[in-house]
Amino acid sequence: MNPLEGALTAELLIAALACIVAALSPASMRRYLAGVATLAMAASGIVAGGFALSGHTGTLSAPTALPAVDLTLAPDRLGGVFIVIASAVTLLAALYAIGYVHGSADSRSAWLAFIIFTLGLQMVPAAGDVITFLLAWELMALGSGVLVLTDHRTRPQARSAALWYAVMTQLSFLLLLAGFAVLATATGSTTFDALVTVSPTSTTGALAFILLTLGFATKAGLVPLHIWLPRAHPEAPSHASAVMSAAMVKMGVYGTLLVVLRFMPGGPAWWGIVLLVLGGISAVYGILQASVTSDVKRLLAYSTTENIGLIFLAIGASVLLAAYGITAASQAALLAALLLAISHAAFKCSLFLGAGAIVHATGERNLDRLGGLGVRMPWTAAAFGVAALGAAALPVTSGFVAEWTLFQSFIHGATRDAIPLAVALPVAVAVVALTAGLALVTFVKLYGIGFLARPRSTGADDAHEVSHPMRWAALIGAAAVIALGVFPGPIAQVLASAVGIGDVATIGFGGLSLPSLGVLLDPMALAITALVCALPVVVVSALSARRHPRRATELPWGCGGVRVSPRMQYTATSYAEPLMRVFDDTLRPEQDVVVTHATESRYLVAQVRYRQKLSDVIEVRGYRPLLAFADRLGVVSRRLQNGSLHRYLTYSFVALIVVLVVVSL
Amino acid sequence: MNWTATAVALFQVLVATLVAPLVIGITRQTRARLEGRAGAGILQPWRDLLKLLRKETLQANGVSWISSVGPIIVMASSLLVAALLPLISTITLPLVPDDLFVVVSVLLIGTVAVALIGLDAGSAFGGMGSSRHMMIAALVEPTVLVAVYALSIPAGSSLLSSIVATRLDAPAVILSPVSLLAVVALFVAVLAETGRLPVDNPSTHLELTMVHEAMILESSGRDLAWLELGSWLRLSALLGLVANLMIPWGLATDATVLALVIGTIALLVKLTVFAAALGAGEVFLAKLRLFRVPELLAGSFVLAFLAVTASYLVT
Repeated sequence: MNPLEGALTAELLIAALACIVAALSPASMRRYLAGVATLAMAASGIVAGGFALSGHTGTLSAPTALPAVDLTLAPDRLGGVFIVIASAVTLLAALYAIGYVHGSADSRSAWLAFIIFTLGLQMVPAAGDVITFLLAWELMALGSGVLVLTDHRTRPQARSAALWYAVMTQLSFLLLLAGFAVLATATGSTTFDALVTVSPTSTTGALAFILLTLGFATKAGLVPLHIWLPRAHPEAPSHASAVMSAAMVKMGVYGTLLVVLRFMPGGPAWWGIVLLVLGGISAVYGILQASVTSDVKRLLAYSTTENIGLIFLAIGASVLLAAYGITAASQAALLAALLLAISHAAFKCSLFLGAGAIVHATGERNLDRLGGLGVRMPWTAAAFGVAALGAAALPVTSGFVAEWTLFQSFIHGATRDAIPLAVALPVAVAVVALTAGLALVTFVKLYGIGFLARPRSTGADDAHEVSHPMRWAALIGAAAVIALGVFPGPIAQVLASAVGIGDVATIGFGGLSLPSLGVLLDPMALAITALVCALPVVVVSALSARRHPRRATELPWGCGGVRVSPRMQYTATSYAEPLMRVFDDTLRPEQDVVVTHATESRYLVAQVRYRQKLSDVIEVRGYRPLLAFADRLGVVSRRLQNGSLHRYLTYSFVALIVVLVVVSL
Repeated sequence: MNWTATAVALFQVLVATLVAPLVIGITRQTRARLEGRAGAGILQPWRDLLKLLRKETLQANGVSWISSVGPIIVMASSLLVAALLPLISTITLPLVPDDLFVVVSVLLIGTVAVALIGLDAGSAFGGMGSSRHMMIAALVEPTVLVAVYALSIPAGSSLLSSIVATRLDAPAVILSPVSLLAVVALFVAVLAETGRLPVDNPSTHLELTMVHEAMILESSGRDLAWLELGSWLRLSALLGLVANLMIPWGLATDATVLALVIGTIALLVKLTVFAAALGAGEVFLAKLRLFRVPELLAGSFVLAFLAVTASYLVT
């Protein structure tokens, strides 16, 4: 047994042990015992992923009742990347859970669901054949579905969220099943190594690509299939939503990479266009919804749609560029997709854990009622702030490195010879730029309204810092955001080797260099230059501070007034109001203003009530009519079943005739 | 480590810092004269700065560290931009090239720091300014990146110094339609980024119409000094960039003392002309209504986009 097989076996054994511990341990000890067991499972997952990533190969297989169908785990290097992502996120979430879970989230079923969910998550990228892949996929769906339902007693909306989630995830499964069936019938085998014989330009290849992409896009939460995401993520307990958002939707990305890199490499240009359009629309729509949302966890869920959209956009650009033979830019785009994926895992994990800490400490998840948490929860604020910088793609964070790589591939990709590229790439630059701009607003709003200013409710006023495991989990995530942002070179080299890109080098203080494009980025050198530039400013400030220390006062200027009530401050809703107006046609908010007049005169106003409701346009315009149609269809089809035995016998007879006719044809 | 490049970059920062208040002074003085006022003289911004640095700094109760560290971050961002951009010479730091995306992101750090300062004190005006400021920043972003993308196509590189150097070698590029469209688009974006008319009125005294000023209302003393100097530096550096894109001559391409002296004088002349033109232009402009600003930015985006497509489709 080689190291990779050993680590995978250890992981499966520890997972089984963790399930037993979670089921048997007494309630008072459960979170420590089950938490530590999950930590151990995640740690062995990281080891296994590390071995796979460094090029070890190994196969674990188990026979099934069916002849010639074995369940195999055989991760390749790309799978290793995603095993490491899934395990690392699980590790942080489990650490956080030790300090966080209480009530229904600490129940036996919630822990079991969490372990099954995260095990499934780590097995998806390890799978070596279709059956194992789909089995792990369903374990992941099952565990996360139960987790969405955790708080169903106190939050009735969790039930509807779980229903939406279950339906959409089964839709995804069906599409994948169909897609894999197309590939398997064409090749006569279910192992991944055998599926590669399908030509990407054949009709079979095209059909499989469409089905699989739609299936993976549903799981990845891309528009218009994102509808479950803003419902399910906020309802699950925060450690589970962190794993769902930072790692689970990433499996959609892994699946798409499997299709375009492993099963059918060298896809035609239209594949690239499909992925590019799907990703671009998701990125802009996701961040636009996030920028006007006030619910912290819902905002983060929409931002996930944006980030996954960007990853798909990068994959699409890579396929498109490769189809036109522009290898260097295509490889840079692929590298950008992987960098975006790990960067998103790091910052979104930290953000969801931080959001959980906010909800835990204040009992509020509505940004309009938060504020002043920076002073009250300094550690959480630090972790959340760094992660928000990562999400806004500012230097020196991981998000910045990833978007920089993406821009470089766009700028060096376009040529005069390929008109589709000359149109697609500038549009892609504009889309990414608009997304980045809106992400900036979103995360300034999230941090500025939540952590700065004065508390807008008593819950926020009485907030206190959370327990140590919760703090540390969020802080480690934030440290990863900075580490990936400051030393991108070595990390990019590892990622590049996982997908067979050679042309990536480390330069300077751990900077990233792409020699074939002739570009380099050294965040550490950038930071040092900034520090050198800022040094005189700091010195002058310090000298001035010696003479005149800062004096705290009530509002220094305040337009001549004093701060009467925290309600006078800008809220998240008012912060997003200008954007809401600018993008009115896309967002279509429902707004009412009701003015009540004083009884003495209708020129005097007694009360003004303003109400604004924002619903997802795609849900209202796309899904509601579809659901209404399904309902009507149900009512109509009820006539078929009126209880008459004669009618049922007729149905069977007609069915028999039809079958006979079809068979005889 | 390349000491020449470092020395040149530091020299550039020094010159930009010394000149930035004068650029504002020239703009204000031109405007004052054209409006029939005597004006305070072009040294007034420097006198204001020195006065602010000597004064006591007040801050509201219960604010976070953002209010005290934010102004230094704003300064660091502006100084870094001044070090990176090709203002006096096209020599770049070997490990920190003036990549367009890096420059834009460094500028955005300053933008975000000011927006957070606006929110920190918890006054209604600060929040209002911050919200408007971020909306404009978000909508400017596509224009900036697409415009510089268009400029980067003839140079085959996204480094601003190579773009400017290409224009220096082949001046015909400057008057090509592609380049004109892109520079106009970039100029509108610069006006929006630096809070000039018609997007924001830097000399307004009415809080309800403020954008940038509203965010720094609660800052005083050295905090205010850094915020003001930071925004002036940002204006000067970006004006210098636009000037060098339109008139690249005089820019030093090697690190000899003579070339640097010529480069510095050329920069001073260009900035004086551009600052005076900006001041003169502002006399004839009124501030746009806030919700007309997106239309202006959409217009400039269309120009930038036309520039990119034209560079591929029209030869």
